[in-house]
Amino acid sequence: MSDVVEKTLSALPSLLSLDSQAGPGKLSSSSKLGNLIKGITELTSKHEEEKLIKKELASLKEQVASPNTTMRQMKEIMVRAIYCEMLGYQASFSYIHAIKLAQQGSVLEKRVGYLAVSLFLKETDEFLLLLVNTVLKDLQSTNLIEVCMALTVVSQMFPKDMIPAILPVVEEKLTHPKEIIRRKAVLALYKFYLIAPNQVQHIHSKFRKALCDKDPGVMTASLHIYLQLIKESPESYKDLTGSMVTILRQVVGGKLPLDFNYHSVPAPWLQIQLLRILAYLGKEDQGTSEVMYDVLEESLRRAEMNHNITYAILYECVKTIYTVHPKSQLLEKAAECIGNFVLSPKINLKYLGLKALTYVVQQDANLALPHQITIIECLDHSDVIIKRETLELLFRITNAQNVTVIVEKMLEFLRLTSDDYSTIDLVGKVAELAEKYAPDNVWFIQTMNSVFSLGGDVMQPDIPNNFLRLLAEGVDSVEDRQLRLFAVDSYVSLLQGETAKLPQRFLQVISWVLGEYSYLREEDSDPGSVMRLLARLLDQRHTSTETRSWVLGAMTKLCSSPVSVALARDVCERYSGSLNTVLRQRAQELMILSQDTKLRASVLPAEGRLESLEVDSSLSFLDGYVSEALAAGAAPYKSPHQRQEELVQEKALSLEPYGLSLPVSLSSCSITDRLTDRQSPTLLSMSSGLSGNSTELSHKEGSTALKLDGVKRVWGKDGYLAQQQSAGETPIPQVELPSPLLSPQSPPSQTQKPSSGPEPDQEKRQLASSLFVGLGSHNSVCLMGRAEPAPRHFRRKPRGESSSGASEGSSDSSHSSRSAAVDNLLLSNLLDTTTVASEGGAATTTLQQTSQRTLDHTTSNGSPHVEGTEQRVEAGGPLSLIRGNGMVAVVPPTHTRTDPQTQPDLHPAPALERPRDLPLTSHLPAELSGLARSELTTLCSDHDPSLALSACRVYKEDALVLLVFISNNTDSTLHQMALQLTCKELEISCISGSPLKEVKGHSVSVCLHTVVMKRASVQVELAGLLSYQRPLGQPQAAQFSLSLSLKHFLRPLTVSTGDYGKMWLSFSHDLKQNLRLVTTEHQEPLTATLDALKGKLHLHIVDVIGSEGIVACRLLQGQGQGQPCLLHCRVHADSLAVWLRSPVPELPDSLLYHCQKALTET
Amino acid sequence: MIKAILIFNNHGKPRLSKFYEHYNEDTEQQIIRETFHLVSKRDENVCNFLEGGMLIGGSENRLIYRHYATLYFVFCVDSSESELGILDLIQVFVETLDKCFENVCELDLIFHVDKVHNILAEMVMGGMVLETNMNEIIIQVDAQNKMEKSETFIFQSPRQDR
Repeated sequence: MSDVVEKTLSALPSLLSLDSQAGPGKLSSSSKLGNLIKGITELTSKHEEEKLIKKELASLKEQVASPNTTMRQMKEIMVRAIYCEMLGYQASFSYIHAIKLAQQGSVLEKRVGYLAVSLFLKETDEFLLLLVNTVLKDLQSTNLIEVCMALTVVSQMFPKDMIPAILPVVEEKLTHPKEIIRRKAVLALYKFYLIAPNQVQHIHSKFRKALCDKDPGVMTASLHIYLQLIKESPESYKDLTGSMVTILRQVVGGKLPLDFNYHSVPAPWLQIQLLRILAYLGKEDQGTSEVMYDVLEESLRRAEMNHNITYAILYECVKTIYTVHPKSQLLEKAAECIGNFVLSPKINLKYLGLKALTYVVQQDANLALPHQITIIECLDHSDVIIKRETLELLFRITNAQNVTVIVEKMLEFLRLTSDDYSTIDLVGKVAELAEKYAPDNVWFIQTMNSVFSLGGDVMQPDIPNNFLRLLAEGVDSVEDRQLRLFAVDSYVSLLQGETAKLPQRFLQVISWVLGEYSYLREEDSDPGSVMRLLARLLDQRHTSTETRSWVLGAMTKLCSSPVSVALARDVCERYSGSLNTVLRQRAQELMILSQDTKLRASVLPAEGRLESLEVDSSLSFLDGYVSEALAAGAAPYKSPHQRQEELVQEKALSLEPYGLSLPVSLSSCSITDRLTDRQSPTLLSMSSGLSGNSTELSHKEGSTALKLDGVKRVWGKDGYLAQQQSAGETPIPQVELPSPLLSPQSPPSQTQKPSSGPEPDQEKRQLASSLFVGLGSHNSVCLMGRAEPAPRHFRRKPRGESSSGASEGSSDSSHSSRSAAVDNLLLSNLLDTTTVASEGGAATTTLQQTSQRTLDHTTSNGSPHVEGTEQRVEAGGPLSLIRGNGMVAVVPPTHTRTDPQTQPDLHPAPALERPRDLPLTSHLPAELSGLARSELTTLCSDHDPSLALSACRVYKEDALVLLVFISNNTDSTLHQMALQLTCKELEISCISGSPLKEVKGHSVSVCLHTVVMKRASVQVELAGLLSYQRPLGQPQAAQFSLSLSLKHFLRPLTVSTGDYGKMWLSFSHDLKQNLRLVTTEHQEPLTATLDALKGKLHLHIVDVIGSEGIVACRLLQGQGQGQPCLLHCRVHADSLAVWLRSPVPELPDSLLYHCQKALTET
Repeated sequence: MIKAILIFNNHGKPRLSKFYEHYNEDTEQQIIRETFHLVSKRDENVCNFLEGGMLIGGSENRLIYRHYATLYFVFCVDSSESELGILDLIQVFVETLDKCFENVCELDLIFHVDKVHNILAEMVMGGMVLETNMNEIIIQVDAQNKMEKSETFIFQSPRQDR
């Protein structure tokens, strides 16, 4: 034995042994895989297995990394890696080597390489890109086996983007002489079609060729494609019907080679495939269906061999017959067939029979009648799958008469099952049936109780939502009251029992209902009883945090009597210190509202359950609080997003080229002034609940580059609310329970347990009669002919169209929003940003819930009393209802803010109507109230004594806002109001959303316009024309004029000294002038003079160095930031030498004029 | 379409797992466990169909399984497959294995995982049924095995020379 051979052998001992032992049965225990497996089978614990595999993987890793490892060894290593992966241990280090093996190995090794790749890698893996070339090479190989391997791996997984690279080669394979290659190529192309349909559009004609392939195997493969294509658009492939029918006829007629027989049935899988295709083609198409009747009949007839696979064909045939346009003769045969299935002792066939029945009863419920007894038997079958399928069938044939029995059967099943999937599915079905067919209130409530206790916390959230909506909506008729009262009573008795096993969702439903409707039972018991029950619930350990907040909400509604108040105080004391902010919030609300009866009555009116509420999402009622806090030194709020941005900006500052530094510094200077930023309530009421888009809004309307995110975002999605949400969504462990309330409610005339009776058959018959009542009432097969009463639907109204009679006057939009709101009931925390602003049917979208009264909307701001007061004010004023769109709903109590630089978003506020005895300034729109403004100037009041016009300027950061107050001092309404302002030097835009149309008697309207300069000029005249019409009068007009000076358009420009220097150099238009110095006793002349200028002209003093001072300002001109102007002042002898520079020619001149004037006046 | 083919023994030890849809590793293991859990608690005399595995995709999908001695063969399929058709396909698969391994047993599957995969690849390709005829499958597998043997033969010759 040569040394070389010796070495080779010692390098490959394992492989040799494995390969030489390839024969079946002779399993090598000396191979490494054998050792590994032996090792694993000897282990007793999962932990030991883990240890062993870890060790194995480590050794594998070492081996693959070694350069001496040959491809053959690698192949063996791959098999071991596959084994480890199958057990769930990652062998990611081997992936790249699997690809290498596929690339470089011989055919045999390649096969293992490909196998490992297809088992290890996923479609998204980037490693796959390395495989593309190998696949391409193998596809073009002359070795058929290599081609087959490549096609197999391609159909298992291939990166979508790389399909074009190999598509032509695969396409080519469709004409390959070997049948197996063509077949695999067809399937590979089908896979491509599934991944990227567009890329194989062009080869549809080739698919047709495959369908007509002389080899039945290829044709069969192509049916996969056609099944999919026809399923997607049957219309485009109707022309294939004839071919499919012909193929099926040939197959059924035994024209295929005998090779294709399976248990002497000709190509059964092919038949099944063809029958499915025919079903899609013939569906709702009489013409096409007629073509296939014959062949369907033949299929039925031929498939009578008693073998499993013939039943598969029969089943498919029956389904097709019931899918295509009906032909009575065929239907009869099919029905007979179904009968055979259902009656079969073979359980698989019984299952399919039930499935088939479920499918067909949707078309004809009477088909179930002949099988009543069988169905009853299946209900008690030992196989749960059969039971489930039977219930599914019963679900389809439920009507108003058999609903109680069927639902009882379903609940029975639910009590026994522990499978989440069935629970979710069935609970939904029960709820649906209960809603649709409930015979009476008692039954309905009891059934829903079962649903909630059984469905627990896995059920779909829309079940409790729908239930609560059902309770809440509807006329306040006796019937509704009874339903609610019954619900309340049943819940009270539930809470009196053991609550530990009730699911959290159910407890939440109970809390809400009790909070809302407990008043219905007040006559018969002491008021504190419900409260006590709730308090007890609150204290129980298993009650989740979310449920507790529901309970607290309910208590808030209930704390009317002294007993309750005392209880509430107790509860509050405990929970106001809770670590959970939501609970704390609720506890605070409860505390405040329980002590202030008046407030409570206004916030939570007992009868006002469903009035839609309007929302002031800007939280303007908090302005006072915010400004106080700010005055006390609190830092203004910035949203995380904003902070981030500022951080970026600040960083960017030093890096920015000079030209861009202006807007940057501007925005950074205004940050400090952002504290009173606020968005118009009108706008926000649209966006409330979707608070995330407040940024977008500010982007849209901000003419400046400033970020105008306002205070509102304090409570926005990114901030507090998100936290609360996450707290609310803590997963609740599912509680499986046999609940105390599940006392089976048996329908009067039937016995439930067939086993208990002496005559089981008789009982089955009875049960059958109760189950199948209402089906084919004239049919003699019906065992118990019961007269069919008119079905009584529990739900009186279809969804969405709710209670139009109940809340007269509320608009459609409020309806829809209400029902949408109830859908969200269980997500109440989502809506915490919303706030009550006023009542009434304004068209603004209100996002409110049925639980409006639960104070959900106030939770986030923590001051319900503010809101309550406001609401009262709103409701109190007879003229407070606000019309039109884009209205401002709230004028907050006067804010005395003097900061001139605040910058709110301006929003339409055209026609505020107020009692006239208020001062005009009270008509200032909320978002402007915090800004500096001029005194009111009266405009042309002499024209018509009954009409007073006044104007006021509000200095906004980016514009001058001109307000024109139109006061109507008569009793009559002014109509067809129109206000026109013109001035050629100014850009004027009306910011009222809708032009004001009328002003009621003794009320005031405000018109808002933003004004900026077109070009700098010292002073401009603004001409105004107001046209209006009195009732029964001629159209009238009032003219007025108003002068505006440049200084109204000046704003400070905050820049650093460095920036100032750079700007100074770049500005071309300059002007020098000596000005008078202001002298005061306390100050330096320079400082005094600059202060005077600052005060009068809103200039910004950048720096004062010795006898020199630099000052900057900007003029509101056009869109954007405005035009800068820089002043350099130096004390020279007794005067001040001023040097002005600006990029705008006229600006220095005009500004200098105002400086002179300002200093002279001082 | 076939979503996954799983073979595990009576104790839930996986013997073969082939997924035709993308799942991540952990999900795959969970699917195997859940499937075993669902299948193993079924009696012998109940139907071979199961609905409602949560992981492998809700109401659309079904599990079709057969139990042979120590092994469960489970196919997870969507609604486009015929239940009974798949049930017979499993039979074909097992018969083919039996032919290839001569009285197949669990150990064959353990030690020749790659071969089992290769046989499966001739039956099901990318989730689609490719071939249902046992003889055809065996012809294909044999063609590959022949090549394998010839390679082995070349390699083994020197050893015989020593």
